[in-house]
Amino acid sequence: MPAIATEGLTKDFAIGFWRRRPYRALDGLTLSVEQGEVFGFLGPNGAGKTTTLKLLLQLIFPTAGRAEILGKPAGDVEVKRRIGYLPESPYFYDYLTAEELLTYFAGLTGYDRRERTRRVASLLDEVGIGAERRLQLRKFSKGMLQRVGIAQAILNDPEVVFLDEPMSGLDPLGRREVRNLILRLRERGCTVFFSSHVLADAEALCSRVAILAGGRLVATGRMSDIQAFQVRGWELVVGNLAGPALEKYRSRIQRVTPIADDRFALELAQESPPDGLLRDLIAEGARLVSLNPVRHTLEDYFVEQVQKQAHSRMDDGVKESR
Amino acid sequence: MRAVRFIAINVFRESVRDKVLYNLVLFAIMLMAVSFLLGQLTAGQDVKIIKDLGLAAIAIFGLFIATFIGIGLVSKEVERRSIYSLLSKPIRRQEFILGKYLGLVLTLAVNVAAMTAAYYAVLAYMAWKAGGNFLPGWEAPALDPMLLKAVAMIFLQLMIVTAIALLFSTFSSPALATALTLALYVVGHFNADLKNFDAVVTSRPAAFLAKTLYYTLPNLSPFDVKAQVVHAVPVPVGYLLFNTAYALIYISALLTAATVIFIRRDFK
Repeated sequence: MPAIATEGLTKDFAIGFWRRRPYRALDGLTLSVEQGEVFGFLGPNGAGKTTTLKLLLQLIFPTAGRAEILGKPAGDVEVKRRIGYLPESPYFYDYLTAEELLTYFAGLTGYDRRERTRRVASLLDEVGIGAERRLQLRKFSKGMLQRVGIAQAILNDPEVVFLDEPMSGLDPLGRREVRNLILRLRERGCTVFFSSHVLADAEALCSRVAILAGGRLVATGRMSDIQAFQVRGWELVVGNLAGPALEKYRSRIQRVTPIADDRFALELAQESPPDGLLRDLIAEGARLVSLNPVRHTLEDYFVEQVQKQAHSRMDDGVKESR
Repeated sequence: MRAVRFIAINVFRESVRDKVLYNLVLFAIMLMAVSFLLGQLTAGQDVKIIKDLGLAAIAIFGLFIATFIGIGLVSKEVERRSIYSLLSKPIRRQEFILGKYLGLVLTLAVNVAAMTAAYYAVLAYMAWKAGGNFLPGWEAPALDPMLLKAVAMIFLQLMIVTAIALLFSTFSSPALATALTLALYVVGHFNADLKNFDAVVTSRPAAFLAKTLYYTLPNLSPFDVKAQVVHAVPVPVGYLLFNTAYALIYISALLTAATVIFIRRDFK
């Protein structure tokens, strides 16, 4: 049984004040996340990531399709007992202290008084909130609120946890702590479904990712299996090399960019691995400065996909108008 | 019911932290100031006036709390997005509505109880100053327990207003919800006029519309028994029970409507 399964999940919002017309925020999402996976849900702003999470939490209702969590319909109270959720830029009751907020949520989750006290204290320790736990949340910084948000999301020791942009608003130290926390959750066997628009987060944590653009799923799988992120070529920087010596190998190089008198950046095609050329250049007396694979960045990929989506929508529009 | 209890207690805590109970201080000061002034100005009417004024003040202060906090019960949660994490907990949306309602009713109960205590304290002071609890011309004793009947009716009225505010806050903006709630409160006090509207109009559709509105809109004027208790006109227990039954049925209908709207609502 998958931890999360969606089939044709679609959501339209009505937009416009006078003549309301539907805007499709999510279009036929079919997805399956296995138990124990850390699953990255990637996409640019407005791709439909938060919409999907809200559908999975039943904060909004689908226009079409269905979603199941742990084999039961999303929104079922029994399912909610076994899951956790961190909303994007969370806001909590600012008149409560961190301790009171978590105690309140622990009460709603069903823990008795003694268990509430024990869990709340250990969770606040886990997310690194010390003496501030007795301060009202209105005095918390964004990063501190994010920690409280994470604490409330894992309060019930969930089997599946949904994190909407968990790194947003955090400083580098905070980001590292959240990454470690996600890894700890994975060690406990918890399924983590998190949305992000930062490729590095996904690369560091995820067993699989799905990429969403313009409300549509454009790719899913392991990062290394996704065509867009495979190596597209190489960038080789060599030093201590004279220009004429390089001319002999010009046919094996796509582009040469001089950096200094004796230093060049060489772009090589994907189908010509750099090993042979590098060996020959070193024989000419060159020195290796750096060698990097060239990949699409997530940003490039998003831009490309969004442009494709826009074209396909325009095409649909043209067909409809005919 | 466990979730309802936790949500209700949290609403009460929010009111306390947001200093809603400060209104009690204002109420007490106002009542004491007025009683002092009346003591200087009137002869023999002061207790009756303070009784009437005190009950009116309890109703008005309660109305402001019921309306202004009532409309924020749901809309504030949605606006500030605190509802996202709350609804991801194992609670049902109907429990959220009921918990919010009962939390505000609890806040009102504490407020009304404290205002009533201050009210009786001022009356006790006036009786002590006048040299007796029942002087000729007062029609009823200063510390008349019958005043509690009027307080109970005010409280029921406030429970209805809270339910109206909660209903509006499930689907409209805070400003609109406030306007609609206060409008219905005013309409509710003149609703009885609609009952016999058919006697003054000849148009059958107009008469039908008036009758429909009479039965649909809240009928709040029967809850106003201030004049009776101040002037020692008996208020039968049957009348109070009938009003209570009406209030409970009307509140149930309002909360059901609020729940029906809320459980289908998207939180974008």
